Amino acid sequence: MENMVNVFLFGKKYEVPASLTIMEAMEYSGYQLVRGCGCRNGFCGACATIYRIAGDRELKACLACSTRVENNMYVATLPFFPLVKEIYDIEKVRPDERIMMQLYPEIYSCVGCNACTKACTQGLNVMQYIAYAQRGEYEKCAEESFDCVMCGVCSSRCPAGISHPQVAMLARRLNGKYLAPHCDQLTERVQEIRDGKFEKLIEDLMGKPLDEIKELYNHREIEK
Amino acid sequence: MYTDPKMLESIRKVEAARAENIKLDPRRMTAEEKDVLLKTYHPDYRENQFTVLYFGPNKGEKVPTELAALLEGTSRILNKQIDLSCPDYDTDVLIIGAGGAGCSAAIEADKAGARTMIVTKLRMGDANTMMAEGGIQAADKPNDSPAQHFLDAYGGGHFAAQKDLLYKLVTEAPEAIEWLSELGVEFDKAPDGTMITTHGGGTSRKRMHAAKDYSGAEIMRTLRDEVLNRQIPVVDFTSAIELMKDENGHCAGAILMNMETKELYVARAKTVILATGGAGRLHYQGFPTSNHYGATADGLILGYRAGAKLLYADTLQYHPTGAAFPAQIFGALVTEKVRSVGAMLVNCDGEVFMNPLETRDVAAASIIRECSARGKGIKTPLGDAVWLDTPMIELKNGAGTIEKRIPAMMRMFGKHGIDIRTEPILVYPTLHYQNGGLHITPDGQTDVENLFAAGEVVGGIHGRNRLMGNSLLDVIVFGRNAGVHASEKAKNVTVGKLTLSHLEAFEAERAKSGKPAEKLSPQLLPDYTRREEPTLAK
Repeated sequence: MENMVNVFLFGKKYEVPASLTIMEAMEYSGYQLVRGCGCRNGFCGACATIYRIAGDRELKACLACSTRVENNMYVATLPFFPLVKEIYDIEKVRPDERIMMQLYPEIYSCVGCNACTKACTQGLNVMQYIAYAQRGEYEKCAEESFDCVMCGVCSSRCPAGISHPQVAMLARRLNGKYLAPHCDQLTERVQEIRDGKFEKLIEDLMGKPLDEIKELYNHREIEK
Repeated sequence: MYTDPKMLESIRKVEAARAENIKLDPRRMTAEEKDVLLKTYHPDYRENQFTVLYFGPNKGEKVPTELAALLEGTSRILNKQIDLSCPDYDTDVLIIGAGGAGCSAAIEADKAGARTMIVTKLRMGDANTMMAEGGIQAADKPNDSPAQHFLDAYGGGHFAAQKDLLYKLVTEAPEAIEWLSELGVEFDKAPDGTMITTHGGGTSRKRMHAAKDYSGAEIMRTLRDEVLNRQIPVVDFTSAIELMKDENGHCAGAILMNMETKELYVARAKTVILATGGAGRLHYQGFPTSNHYGATADGLILGYRAGAKLLYADTLQYHPTGAAFPAQIFGALVTEKVRSVGAMLVNCDGEVFMNPLETRDVAAASIIRECSARGKGIKTPLGDAVWLDTPMIELKNGAGTIEKRIPAMMRMFGKHGIDIRTEPILVYPTLHYQNGGLHITPDGQTDVENLFAAGEVVGGIHGRNRLMGNSLLDVIVFGRNAGVHASEKAKNVTVGKLTLSHLEAFEAERAKSGKPAEKLSPQLLPDYTRREEPTLAK
């Protein structure tokens, strides 16, 4: 007999196998999910979930797809959270401090409670990346926030109303476009292709009889 | 956490052999060896898992049994009276699906000035693109060329790719990387800006660009942000359940269904782009999948019913390394990048049984052989598996490599008490990619006038097997391409009287063929609810 535990889905009690994830427990209990289910593997942030183990004073947050149920777990999913997403033109913004002040001024109201970091389902140092954003240190903000899945749990816990994932998104795009070192090789190759430098090479290859192409493929040199 | 004594015993063998195994560079299989291996062990060759289609554009061709039931299924709106005379939405370009291809198409169509609208079954970005980990190919290094990229992909796909599509894929690859960079995607780079590139299975040059092992997520969230910045309308939690045509037989929009309220809407459009992705959630042959929750082949069904031909719908990609243990992550993707950065495949006795960078179909078949005929698998609660010896990575490349290069993998296993820096992991093939799909021209149009397609729903770009890193590339190159051409085409389209008569024609064909309908389709979502009534705790 499988080891069973009691879970409380939105307060209602169900008995489920202890080996299941929260998401699987919902399905086991009969929920056909539409919201709150995405990649089912920790990449998309669709299944943000808040829970408390009965008797525990601490509220915890997780992704339902990658967290195992526990006995007497009270579960509330957070399939949508109203984050603020400001509109901007990536071609016109510049990676200076001003842009954050313009678009996300609430980051300067951070009270340093660290609730965002405690709540992060990815274990990121959220408050730290917001601090980097405040100082216009977008490269550091981008690196610190890189594994963010934008589930929004941090923002749900923030007394200052900060939309952390969107702040980080802006920082990463600024970093990727303006701050990271430019790859000259890439630009040159794009130009070479536009100039038709490789056309003959590839057309010659495509035009060869199949046996010859096979021969070339089977004996091609593989870079070490 | 590993607790099974047999697994622990096998781990000790893997550890004991590691120092010697690291020195190995196993030879690649010959063309003949690969051929025999595939025919004997690859799931695509299990004849009893396929069915011949009775009717429709691909009548007489074989497809997976599960797909046949949906392709020859019944429309959800057959015999329903739907008023097409006053559409709820009216747009130039209607894009169905909001993954990498759909969003890339939307950005280009919007840039071209077309009125553009996206509908998506779940949220924007809920797509396989988000889950692509390892990277994206482009021949931008001095020792590489688009021709070399072509040769790798054409051979890896068993010389079956549609040449004009593959030509486009490889020649526009560097530009795709540049486009993404300009949007702010953070690729792994050396301090001087040089792209850090690695091998993938079947590549002859190191041309895999990555953003750690969140490559797809990084691309997807950036595209999503750009779609939002452009204020392109996105109707989410709304699925297209049929295409619509006009009296000339040209595609002219779609019937949509709210996934929550089930309300139907009519969306009229001058051109339509199908970007609905793959089919992993159909669990062909009972395989687990690395795919997104919504990967149910909807676009194939809609297109087929409207008269679009499929190409290579009988070939699927089983990613060699799906997680096989623990059960909570069964089937989840273990990126090929783990092998690119140095891990090898090892059997229960600690023996390296193949070169870790063979193409995916060959690697998958080789793992299946190891676990079946050779009896060298490791027993797990859900079947046999082989080791992927991850601790090799840091022995070869230094401490810290795993956290820096494959943090998502470290996190995924870490959540279940397995530290991949010191412990190997168990893997087995998982249903990963639909090699086949809708036939398109280099302009992205299907066999139905004004119906375009892009991304995994398309077939022919990769032939009968796809190389790692060519799918992220394909969604960008062909997504943009479809956006450009669908918006251009829309300029000269006047939509005639709307009709759903193709559904009746499809039913008439069925009647003639004598094939009964087994299912309603498209499927929209998998059903994972437990069959019996849930137990209410006492």
